[in-house]
Amino acid sequence: MQRNPIILISALTACIALVACAEKTHWRTDNIDGLMPTLEFNMTDDAGQAVNARTYRGKTVLLYFGYTNCPDVCPTTLAKLGQALDATRNHGAATVVLFVTVDPKRDTVERMHEYVQSFGSWFVGLRGTPDELEALTKRYRVTYSFGKPDKDGNYDVTHSTAVFVFDGTGRSRLLMLPRDSAADITADLDQLYAMSAS
Amino acid sequence: MDDLKAAVSFLLPWEFSPSALVLCAGVVLLYARGLMDQPLKERPGLGRRLAFIGGWAAIYFVMQTRWDYFSQHMFFMHRIQHLVLHHIGPFLVVFAQPLPVLARGLPFGMAGRVFRPLCNNSLTRFVYRLLQNWLVAPVLFVGLIYLWLTPSIHFNAMLSAPIYLAMNWSMLLDGLLFWTLMLDPRTRREGALIGFGPRIFLLLLSMVPQIYLGAHIGLSTRELYDVYSVCGRAWPLSPLMDQNFGGLITWIPAAMMHVIAVLILLARWMRSDEGPSADAQTSASLPV
Repeated sequence: MQRNPIILISALTACIALVACAEKTHWRTDNIDGLMPTLEFNMTDDAGQAVNARTYRGKTVLLYFGYTNCPDVCPTTLAKLGQALDATRNHGAATVVLFVTVDPKRDTVERMHEYVQSFGSWFVGLRGTPDELEALTKRYRVTYSFGKPDKDGNYDVTHSTAVFVFDGTGRSRLLMLPRDSAADITADLDQLYAMSAS
Repeated sequence: MDDLKAAVSFLLPWEFSPSALVLCAGVVLLYARGLMDQPLKERPGLGRRLAFIGGWAAIYFVMQTRWDYFSQHMFFMHRIQHLVLHHIGPFLVVFAQPLPVLARGLPFGMAGRVFRPLCNNSLTRFVYRLLQNWLVAPVLFVGLIYLWLTPSIHFNAMLSAPIYLAMNWSMLLDGLLFWTLMLDPRTRREGALIGFGPRIFLLLLSMVPQIYLGAHIGLSTRELYDVYSVCGRAWPLSPLMDQNFGGLITWIPAAMMHVIAVLILLARWMRSDEGPSADAQTSASLPV
């Protein structure tokens, strides 16, 4: 009886070690392969068209939440993604960056269109009704909260800083964070394209 | 009216879990049935009844209401959730010593046909004895806290719904097991797996690594759990402030529950025939 726990613990350790060694591919950003549910949503794009996840099947999708009044994080992230995509071997062919606004009150379709245009052809702005937005944020376990408006009525929105990457089938693959450099993102996207092609 | 609406929407499940509802409602119903069936004289006191209902209500509240949403998006709210799931809820439930009442509440003669054979089954007994081993139980109790607070594991648990559920359920089930072992009202001779003295020792010993971890998190000046920044916080609070609160909750109220348990055990020990006064009592009762 006394020895059983030790055997159990050793067996567990051995299992964990085996699983850890089995992982071969090396990713520079966070690997979330299959950890999150398949891409699914209903929204309106920056051309005013109703779109859903099927619209982008077959493409690598980079999903990011933000708002156009965002002072620093959003423009930095979007610019970095543009730079990284341009540096990939196929210049980000069959890749789309979905920029979902968490501030639909101020971010109209026109405004989103104007905003995403400035970052490059990969970018699509998405705007949803409160229900659509809640469904998407809940699905990817992200949230946002509004700061107090200043005297001009401007306010900050605290939101997720992650970029979720889905492959052509909508499977969750990678999570990119502000600490990841453009070179890391380029390397991982190239690797992902190569895996999808094979 | 708006307040009422807000209150109702707060109480509605954030992510509905049938198993949580069935478990919490099921045990409370069984308990109520058992109480009705019990002769007045044998019924447990009001305090114990309230502890049982309150324990399950607290468990349901942190698992299923909007609290669950806040727990996913604020580190310190998550720590409170785990404090209730692992320490406070199971502590209250076990303190109520509900098993006789629950067994009475089982319908269709299940107490005799299902419950007792299950308890006497050699496999169940083996697994139970293994989990309640004097070394395994405290290691599991502290180990689970460390496991889910390992930054990389914590990160995945907060992203993946299945891992998140596994985390919360493991905390709840382990909490029930641990406090059942520790708060057993019986002495070793009466059938408790561990005597009062060793239990007090284990409770004090297993408090130390929790205090260390809580202090480590609470006093850290580095953001250890960046998943809350990655996914966004439920309200604007600085990451370090959130982490400080979370660390303090891991540290102080958790240790407090161990101290309360020690005090309860000390009182029971004193009154039992295992206690330090046992010799005196025995010699006093001997006819001289």
